[in-house]
Amino acid sequence: MKSIADLLADHEFFAGLEPAHVEFLSGCGQNVRFPAGATVFSEADPAEHFYVLREGKVALEVHVPDAGAIVIATLGAGEVLGASWLFPPFRWQFDALAVTDTAAVALDAACLRQKCDADPRLGYALVQRFAALLVERLQATRLRLVDLYGGGEP
Amino acid sequence: MPMTPLPYRVTDKRWETADTATLTMAPVDRVVEAPKPGQFLMLWAFGVGEVPISISGRPSGDLLEHTIRAAGPATTTLTDAPVGDVVGVRGPFGTEWEVERAHGGDLLIVAGGIGLAPLRLAIHSALEHRDRFRSVALLVGARSPDDLVFRSELDAWLDRTDVQVEITVDYAPGGGDHRWTGDVGLVTELVRQADVSPASTVALVCGPEVMMRYTAQALLDRGVPARSIRLSAERNMRCAIGHCGHCQLGGRFICLDGPVFDHPDLAPLLAVRER
Repeated sequence: MKSIADLLADHEFFAGLEPAHVEFLSGCGQNVRFPAGATVFSEADPAEHFYVLREGKVALEVHVPDAGAIVIATLGAGEVLGASWLFPPFRWQFDALAVTDTAAVALDAACLRQKCDADPRLGYALVQRFAALLVERLQATRLRLVDLYGGGEP
Repeated sequence: MPMTPLPYRVTDKRWETADTATLTMAPVDRVVEAPKPGQFLMLWAFGVGEVPISISGRPSGDLLEHTIRAAGPATTTLTDAPVGDVVGVRGPFGTEWEVERAHGGDLLIVAGGIGLAPLRLAIHSALEHRDRFRSVALLVGARSPDDLVFRSELDAWLDRTDVQVEITVDYAPGGGDHRWTGDVGLVTELVRQADVSPASTVALVCGPEVMMRYTAQALLDRGVPARSIRLSAERNMRCAIGHCGHCQLGGRFICLDGPVFDHPDLAPLLAVRER
């Protein structure tokens, strides 16, 4: 059975991170599983973890009055779920539900922030990865704003 | 004569979405040349107008299938045409996908919205000759599950083990039951998931131009050679034979030199802004 450090080292998000840093981070992690339909977290709840997805699929949802729940993104193996743990007010902005049976490593936010404060090089490496992720998601969101599939008549 | 439409009768109509229908048409007497995947025909809604529509299927014999979104007077008349109506058809025109370029390598097909329609015949061809390719992957993006065309066919392709099919939408109904189990996100994000060897991949891309632009970039980022990325462009075609100049972009006529281009030939044209 793989250790938490092995699982993190194998994950795309941590590619290139120094092994010592991975080992250091792994002390904040634990294996978690969510059956299909289970709630991973709910909007406005404290963001106490982020999730390194290993298997399955999670949907991010927002509840729209008169329209019900709308899925605005799905995330799967090889991706990470949750950035709200990194910035105040440390609260989830959306609901997250497992679409299929999902396995992840949950990293404890308070533990992570403490380790990042203790080792700024680790903190910088982690923030760099999250910044890249957030820029990518921002760009994707902007493209969706222009209605990518709406124009033209192929 | 390329300017003379031949009468075809609508023998079947299937609504794909709320505003998009697939018409099956049979020749009344004379038959147009068999269109190849990627080519288009001019469909004439008598008394209303003529529009270029890519071939989306050739179910059997001389039957033609066209998938049309009601976006203007002519396309609305065509999608509203009942079985038995007669439509004018001329063509086929333009370049083709050239699926055979991927023989011996990997084939990656990326469709956005109704862009799946011009690719459908290429998909049929690839699946019919599946053994000629190493991997075949199909990536499809749409606004929502209700905007996906060819749903039953997509389901059938999803059930196959010899083709990778990934579908994503911009948004989907949520809730505990999760009746949509595909992805929600951009089709460009699926490019990373395609199980292909980029250097030996031929990619066929069709959709609105902005979608093709960003998909082509994602393919280039993954290492697919620019000359192996094929894109279908269509702009305001009228005569379809290079006489009227309506579809001229730079030094090229989309109706003659396209609609399917290699990426290096189309990329500079996509940067041309309409005035």
